[in-house]
Amino acid sequence: MTKPITVTDATFAAEVLGSSKPVLVDFWATWCGPCKMVAPVLEEIANEHGEKITIAKMDIDANPSIPRDYQILSIPTMILFQDGKPVKQIVGAKPKAALLADLADVL
Amino acid sequence: MTDSSTADPGDVRDVIVIGSGPSGYTAAVYAARAQLKPLVFEGTQFGGALMTTTEVENFPGFRDGIMGPDLMGEMREQAKRFGAELRAEDVESVDLSGEVKTVFANGVTYRSRAVILSMGAAPRYLDVPGEQALLGRGVSSCATCDGFFFRDQDIAVVGGGDSAMEEATFLTRFARSVTLVHRREEFRSSRIMLERAQANDKIRFITNAEVIAVLGEGSVSGLRLRDSTTGNESTLDVTAMFVAVGHDPRSALVSGQVDTDDAGYVLVSAHGTATSLDGVFAAGDLVDHTYRQAITAAGTGCSAAIDAERWLAEHAIDRHAEIASEFVGGGYGAYAS
Repeated sequence: MTKPITVTDATFAAEVLGSSKPVLVDFWATWCGPCKMVAPVLEEIANEHGEKITIAKMDIDANPSIPRDYQILSIPTMILFQDGKPVKQIVGAKPKAALLADLADVL
Repeated sequence: MTDSSTADPGDVRDVIVIGSGPSGYTAAVYAARAQLKPLVFEGTQFGGALMTTTEVENFPGFRDGIMGPDLMGEMREQAKRFGAELRAEDVESVDLSGEVKTVFANGVTYRSRAVILSMGAAPRYLDVPGEQALLGRGVSSCATCDGFFFRDQDIAVVGGGDSAMEEATFLTRFARSVTLVHRREEFRSSRIMLERAQANDKIRFITNAEVIAVLGEGSVSGLRLRDSTTGNESTLDVTAMFVAVGHDPRSALVSGQVDTDDAGYVLVSAHGTATSLDGVFAAGDLVDHTYRQAITAAGTGCSAAIDAERWLAEHAIDRHAEIASEFVGGGYGAYAS
């Protein structure tokens, strides 16, 4: 049973860029309705595919600098990082099947 | 009656609700309380249009207002409390003809006698050059999601209805200025919403102007406007465009099966929720191009559940007759009827 981890501006480099496993970072905020829609889907993906991918959540209110570095202009935005590099960007809440298709390369 | 919530999906249920939002959840509350054990396909984007709003000030019973997502969370829990089975899945196809309807989602076929359609409406875009390429990069249909990113910037809202006024007013929390671009002279919005926007120093209005292109590489840098009276073109320098030009009913799933009007709204009987197909009911923004309020959606969702319940009761006898005739076979058909 794997759960999403929480990352911050301070821990991003170590936990996301330094991860040997692919990491999908979900940029979200408490006031964003569509973020609430996608959250349970990401929990399921973390639970079912935890050995292949880490799901990380970053609250953009508390962490201004990483979202700015990656030019986030809309949430939810999810970025897939592999070997320290962003390889895929997903904007907006999507059905589980569509997210799994987007992540097919790493699952 | 039919199965329990743990039943095999192949069993025939009494009612399936497709869609969430105020109409779907209200239908679910009523159907669940009527012991119909509704199965609700909430969709992965559950909660409907209110999930992208902030404060809802006009839903009766909340005199201090309530946040849209919180209101939907309450309705959802209420439906669950009475035994509605909720699935955050998108329905891929349906066959609504015949006595038993089928609903296909996530690789599984579900069957039901009655179906309540409540898929709502999706935000409409302008369909102009640059718009789709810059979606999520300054083009947005969700002010509450994306307004945050345009702090101290000059941005635009396109539209002339209540949602345009609400978004413009909301966005002044972040933006330096909000320009509301509307293609007509008059506004469709309610007076209270318009006056609130007009009283806001940060909002300015450009009327009789049509957006003909969204400009920018990688992010929005401006809008190309055309004056609808003079035909003159100009550029508005903004870093974001929030689109609030209305919604289109999400009826693609059932098109060709139930009757719709020219705009795609599902047609229902004059004083009820019955569609052109027996046992299929529809509610909420999917049928309503007049009011489109959370409370009217909840109201028609309630009506749809009651209509479905009565329809099931009226057809219960036929059903038993049919089951009996299947059991006894042709030779004893006379006993069955």
